[in-house]
Amino acid sequence: MNIYEKHGWAMVPSRNGFGEALRELAERHPELVVIGADLTDSTRASYFSENFPERFFNAGIAEQNAAGMAAGMSLAGKIAVFSTYGVFAAGRAYDQIRTTICYSNANVKIGGAHGGISVGPDGATHQALEEIATMRVLPRMTLFTPADAEETRKATIAAVEEIKGPVYIRFGRAPVPSITDRDTSFEVGRARLVRDGDDLTIIACGSMVAESILAAEILESENIFARVIDLHTVKPIDRETIEKCARETGAILTAEEHQIAGGMGSAVAEVVVATHPVPMDFVGVNDRFGESGEPAELLKAFGLDYRSIAEKAKNLIKRKTV
Amino acid sequence: MKITDTSRLEEIARRVRFDIIKMTYHAGSGHPGGSLSIADILTALYFNALNHDPKNPEWNDRDRVILSKGHACPALYAVLAEAGYFPREELWTLRKFGSRLQGHPAVDKGLPGIEISTGSLGQGLSIAVGTALAGKKLDDANWNVYAILGDGEIEEGQVWEAFMAAGHYHLDNLIAIIDNNDLQIDGFVCDVMNIHPIPDKLKAFNWQVFVVDGHSIPEIIDVVEEAKKVRGTPKAIIAKTVKGKGISYMENVADWHGKAPNRELALKAVAELGFPESALDNDI
Repeated sequence: MNIYEKHGWAMVPSRNGFGEALRELAERHPELVVIGADLTDSTRASYFSENFPERFFNAGIAEQNAAGMAAGMSLAGKIAVFSTYGVFAAGRAYDQIRTTICYSNANVKIGGAHGGISVGPDGATHQALEEIATMRVLPRMTLFTPADAEETRKATIAAVEEIKGPVYIRFGRAPVPSITDRDTSFEVGRARLVRDGDDLTIIACGSMVAESILAAEILESENIFARVIDLHTVKPIDRETIEKCARETGAILTAEEHQIAGGMGSAVAEVVVATHPVPMDFVGVNDRFGESGEPAELLKAFGLDYRSIAEKAKNLIKRKTV
Repeated sequence: MKITDTSRLEEIARRVRFDIIKMTYHAGSGHPGGSLSIADILTALYFNALNHDPKNPEWNDRDRVILSKGHACPALYAVLAEAGYFPREELWTLRKFGSRLQGHPAVDKGLPGIEISTGSLGQGLSIAVGTALAGKKLDDANWNVYAILGDGEIEEGQVWEAFMAAGHYHLDNLIAIIDNNDLQIDGFVCDVMNIHPIPDKLKAFNWQVFVVDGHSIPEIIDVVEEAKKVRGTPKAIIAKTVKGKGISYMENVADWHGKAPNRELALKAVAELGFPESALDNDI
């Protein structure tokens, strides 16, 4: 039994929540279509395609065309979900997302699977570590980085039902701790308080939320009380909550399975320096590519596990001025 | 609106050419060459072949037109204004700050008749494939989708992904028109990156291919009608055109891809098109 299971958390890949949401949404929205790019099982778009084959279209291994097709569907009044791995969606089809989807404000939802280093053995080519940076700079884009399968389900539903325009939903491959349940709130653009504390705030997204909870437990045993925030919406970012955390806890550590440069932590820093500057530090991938390995060993090797987060937190609070 | 009289259609195309010159001259920049090469094609579409309603641009049963070669938007703007989508005076705001007539078509500026933003080449056919797929497979729609591409544009790899997808899905409600003027910014298309033979390539991608004189309005109308009737495959119309068509000094000169005429040359163009000199500055 690993530390997550000891905690009572079931291990479920967040991509499952994406698939479940598509299946659920398909019942309510006859105008919903899904466009895949040959990774139907892997992205869990299969939950949709198996039940609604007439509304699923495979573009083949051709992401640029797939992105354009999704936008084209919107000219016929459809809501199109385009799903593939994050490296191919946000990377290969970047200009298509920028010009055809965002500039046109097309009602397209992008399911970015395989976000983060925890993709594991496939290695760097398939580990998306840059798409928070590239997607958040696009005007009109909404960017979700949910923490687990259930939150991914809610984010996907919100993308279709609450937002008319482009949305990117980033989720992962490996099983992650289920830290939310059906009753947990999910409000677009509103960061979720996971655990309270006043010595520092750890703002995390994706699988790093669970790691941050574990880090906070270690810190608590050393009489350091960390607040933990689940920033499931990187854009539009919750300025109010971030400013409040800076003011109330005096230090902010961010944690993401993504390059530090330009990522969620950078987005948080942009708010902190403009509202209430406090010492900050960043847990993330530091300007290097991923590599093959098991998810847990990669998190550790890249300094993304709960112990590394706790260490950085301890060093960070030494820099607090009050 | 369906005009069948050839001389009336040619008269419209002449005005469209004049508008292209006047718009780009007053903008001080823009793309006259590739706009002039599609002036007859767009005239044939919007005044004869298309099902559309300028008073109701979002009419659900309209034919959709995607101008994939977005830089040729002066021609599209001129045709849309002529058809009554928006007031003609607005044409002279092309490329000016605050204008709905952006340097490349921008759907977010709200200009009636613009379906989607284009300008980064190679993307329009994919959009058209998605729209046609929705129309054919989901809505059993009776409208068609038209994508207008440049010949240089098909150097983009994405276009071939889209050709493949359209053939795969048998999108017989999709008509791609390739403006085959043989020129791109750096010179002759066959020198920069040879795309020929286009018909053989498209046939291999399971398209039905037509070739037409892109400056003969009656022939364009006939070939579009013929293409509409073909079932089971997407259709490509390769329109043989002349870049800069109608203006002597612009014809077949790559340099006129992306620059506006100065006053002297604009006046010469106006005269060649049979308009009085004063027309260049009217309503400005």
